[in-house]
Amino acid sequence: MWLFDRDMWSEIFHTLGQNMFRTFLTMLGVIFAMIILVLLLGSTNGMSNGFDKIFAGTASNSLFVWAQATSEPYKGFERGRRIQFKIEDADILKKNIPEIEVLAPRIELGSHRGVVSVYRKGRTSGSAVYGDFPQIDEITKKKLVEGRFLNKSDIDEAKKVCVIGEETYELLFDKGEQAIGTELRINGVFFTIVGMYKPNDNINIDGENAVFIPFTTFQKAFGSGNRMGWMAIAVDANTKVSFVESQIKTLLKNKYDIAPTDERAIGSFDFSEIFSNISAFTTVLKGFSFFVGLFTLLAGVIAISNILLITVKERTKEIGVRRAMGATPKIVKRQIVLEAIVLTAFAGLIGFAISIGILSGLNAAFGSGEDFPFVNPMITIPQFTISFVLMVGLSVLIGLIPANRALKIRPIEALREE
Amino acid sequence: MIEIKDLHKSYRMGSNSLHVLKGINFSVEDGELVAIMGSSGSGKSTLLNILGMLDGADSGEYNLDGVPIKDLNETKAAQYRNKFLGFIFQSFNLINYKTAAENVALPLYYQKVGRKERQDKSIAYLEKVGLKNWAHHLPSELSGGQKQRVAIARALAAEPKVLLADEPTGALDSKTSYEVMDLIQKINDEGNTILVVTHEPDIAEMCKRIVHLKDGVIVEDKKVEQVRAEQYV
Repeated sequence: MWLFDRDMWSEIFHTLGQNMFRTFLTMLGVIFAMIILVLLLGSTNGMSNGFDKIFAGTASNSLFVWAQATSEPYKGFERGRRIQFKIEDADILKKNIPEIEVLAPRIELGSHRGVVSVYRKGRTSGSAVYGDFPQIDEITKKKLVEGRFLNKSDIDEAKKVCVIGEETYELLFDKGEQAIGTELRINGVFFTIVGMYKPNDNINIDGENAVFIPFTTFQKAFGSGNRMGWMAIAVDANTKVSFVESQIKTLLKNKYDIAPTDERAIGSFDFSEIFSNISAFTTVLKGFSFFVGLFTLLAGVIAISNILLITVKERTKEIGVRRAMGATPKIVKRQIVLEAIVLTAFAGLIGFAISIGILSGLNAAFGSGEDFPFVNPMITIPQFTISFVLMVGLSVLIGLIPANRALKIRPIEALREE
Repeated sequence: MIEIKDLHKSYRMGSNSLHVLKGINFSVEDGELVAIMGSSGSGKSTLLNILGMLDGADSGEYNLDGVPIKDLNETKAAQYRNKFLGFIFQSFNLINYKTAAENVALPLYYQKVGRKERQDKSIAYLEKVGLKNWAHHLPSELSGGQKQRVAIARALAAEPKVLLADEPTGALDSKTSYEVMDLIQKINDEGNTILVVTHEPDIAEMCKRIVHLKDGVIVEDKKVEQVRAEQYV
């Protein structure tokens, strides 16, 4: 097996080692190319991870549905009629649309995005107050710093408990004060705080100045009856959100006598669209990085080919002697192609090591992803493998140029005395 | 050993064609030491190149040890060169980054001889040319005569049928030249067939037969009384 021929390898390293400085300069192109490729890919990955982190805790295949006012007259109703969802809608939707995995109805005190005065020991905060089901946590995850989130028994027994945001805490409490177990007052009703969440880096639809109370408690305390504000819905991962979205709207339009063509009566927001937009963005970015990196690599490999061409020229006599001694064209060719491969692979590995070091440094400096989306910038093993295989493949192709030049050297010309 | 019949060779120089060998008939027996002489342009180098399978003839026959040498592709030519021929060049043509021993081992490498055997053989042949102690020196650390002796050891290492020496003393002073010729004579004494291309009459006199080339034809082919180089060393 020629691959394990010790002499062949010692020949190759001998030749390359002959002019260390030139060999190094040759490799520089590929080293830089590899650094650029890995840095580009790693940064894009870091960015992609950063976005992932922002969306972590939000079910990506989800949507929100709320009621608005009609924009078309229908079945004797005038346009501009306000639609009010009812809590039973949740069950109807779940029963009729099996693709719905989680459906969390919610009701808000005051108008949408409005604030309500929350009192505690003479201090007030203008916070959003939501009546919620525990399932909401499966769609938009809350990062709890203390206590717990709402649970089933809170709902079943309509307990007067609440979970508050950190911002609300700061408005109502002194620093370091114990919040869990204390009470606050909303519209004259007292609630015991059972949990507190802090702003996380990801998308936060509810804000941090908010108070969450059990849906059933909300109904009793504020007399909201069977009204429902809006719904957060998680859809089965294999189903398109838009498909479920239109089913939901059809059902609800039917129920509330809304014209099927009325686009305005029911509002909705498809979360998966943002995700797909961002993942499309990062995919394009990744593709672009790969493309740029690859061409830089090609340039680097071509530089190697050029130097090998010069080397072949310089070694004309040596190659002539070897052929006079019985080196077949195959042996000569193999040697030069292998030189190209060894140079490229070695340079590639050096570049790879350097760039991994740089990426680790970047990761240590900015990798927390607190300020901008940049988390764990590193290239994946498949990315590395593909780049490396491509690089070596290129070096074989490009190495053939000097190799064929070497074959054109006729021993007689090489050995002709000057 | 070598049989050549009606060998022709011309080179194309632009629109003109230069007829270099105009029908050479020539044969060499086993164990001969032949000097090929002639002024430059006489065709002696061309003849040597064809004999060395470094170049092909236009027409004519060439048999080496009973094997017809014709229509060779590069691979076949390389194999035949390796098997049949040992080359000694005017400018030694040692590979400068390899030690003396590694240079000698080179043809053995192309014969796919094992590493250990190669090393042993190359040391043995270096010993034969009196350079055993220089085995691990690079060519740059050797004198011209020593380099040529390494080259001779290299040519011998493959145990070829014929040694082809192209002006082996051309780059050496006369004392060193005689040392090299002494070595060549001794190798010939052992039964090796050797062809020496030279334009120096004193070197030619040290062979057993002199072939004179002029304008592409053999003008003289005579056996001579060999002058031993030993006496001048």
